[in-house]
Amino acid sequence: MGDVTSPAPVEIERTESAEETFAVPEPDVPWVTIVHNDPVNLMSYVTYVFQTYFGYSKDKATKLMLDVHHKGRAVVSSGSREEMERDVQAMHGYGLWATLQQDRK
Amino acid sequence: MPGHFEPLPGGGAAVALDDVEISIIRSLAVQLLELIGPGPAEDAPDDPLAELFAEGPSEPPSDPVLKRLFPDAYIDPEGTPQAREAEEQRAYSAEFRRYTENDLRAGKRENALAVVRSLDALASRAAEDGGAVLKLSAEESRQWLGALNDLRLAIGSRLDIADEDDTDLLYRLPDEDPRKPMVMAYLWLGGLQETLVSTLMP
Repeated sequence: MGDVTSPAPVEIERTESAEETFAVPEPDVPWVTIVHNDPVNLMSYVTYVFQTYFGYSKDKATKLMLDVHHKGRAVVSSGSREEMERDVQAMHGYGLWATLQQDRK
Repeated sequence: MPGHFEPLPGGGAAVALDDVEISIIRSLAVQLLELIGPGPAEDAPDDPLAELFAEGPSEPPSDPVLKRLFPDAYIDPEGTPQAREAEEQRAYSAEFRRYTENDLRAGKRENALAVVRSLDALASRAAEDGGAVLKLSAEESRQWLGALNDLRLAIGSRLDIADEDDTDLLYRLPDEDPRKPMVMAYLWLGGLQETLVSTLMP
C-alpha cells in the first residue's frame, strides 16, 4: 500500500513550485508604444504615418506629431504587449524610431 | 514641376526627372539595397522553407545606418534603467529583433527595388530626350515614399545629423566642403518626399 500512495505528495509539490515560477507581476498594467523625435523624418510624413497606420484623424495625428517634435516623444498607442510589439514593428517599417514599455506611472 | 511630385487624377503621382537625377536616385537606392543585404532565402536557395523559418539576428547591427533603420524595440533612448532592468531590456530587444528584423529588411528591400525598377523603365526614354516624366501608381507611390524616407535616414546618419541644429549647420556649408554634394542630395530628396506625401495625404 505504501508503494501506491507515496508518489502522490511529490506530484503536488511540483505543481505548486511551477505555479510560483509562472507568477506574473503587474498583469493589468498596459503597455505603450512611444515614438521618439529625430531630425530627419518630415513632420508631414510622421503625421501621414499616424493617420495611415493608426487611422487617427488629421487633428489627432498632427497633435501627436507636434508632441514628438516639441517634447521629444509621444505615446501613440496602448494595449497588450503583443499589440505594442506589432505597432513598434510597423513604426520601424515606416522608419520612425519607436519603442515599447510597460506604462508605469 | 522639376523636383516636385504632383498628384495624378485617379490616384498616383508624377514627377519630371532628368537623366542625372534618375542616375543619382538609382545609385542611392542600389547602395541602400547593398547595405540592407539579401534575404535569408537567397543564402539557402535549395530550401523554399528557409525564409519562413529563418530567425533574424539578436544583436543590433554595427553600422550606424542599419542601427537607425532597425532600432532596439525595448530600449528607451532617454531611459536610465537600473542594471537588472537594462539587462532585461537588452534581452527583450534581442528577442524582438530575432522575430522581426528579417521581415523589416524584406519590406525595405521591396521598396528600394520598386524604385530601381521604375527608374529603369524610365531610363531609356530619359536617355533619348534628356529627361522624362515618372508616373507612379498609388501603390508605387507608397513604396517610393518608404524608400525616400529610408534613403534620407541613411544619408542623415552618414552626415551625423543628430538634432535640428545639425540640419541648420548643413544648410550653411561652404561650397568646398566635401559633404556638400551629399547635403544637396539630402535636401533634394526631402523636397521629393514632402511633395509625394502631400499627394498621398488621406
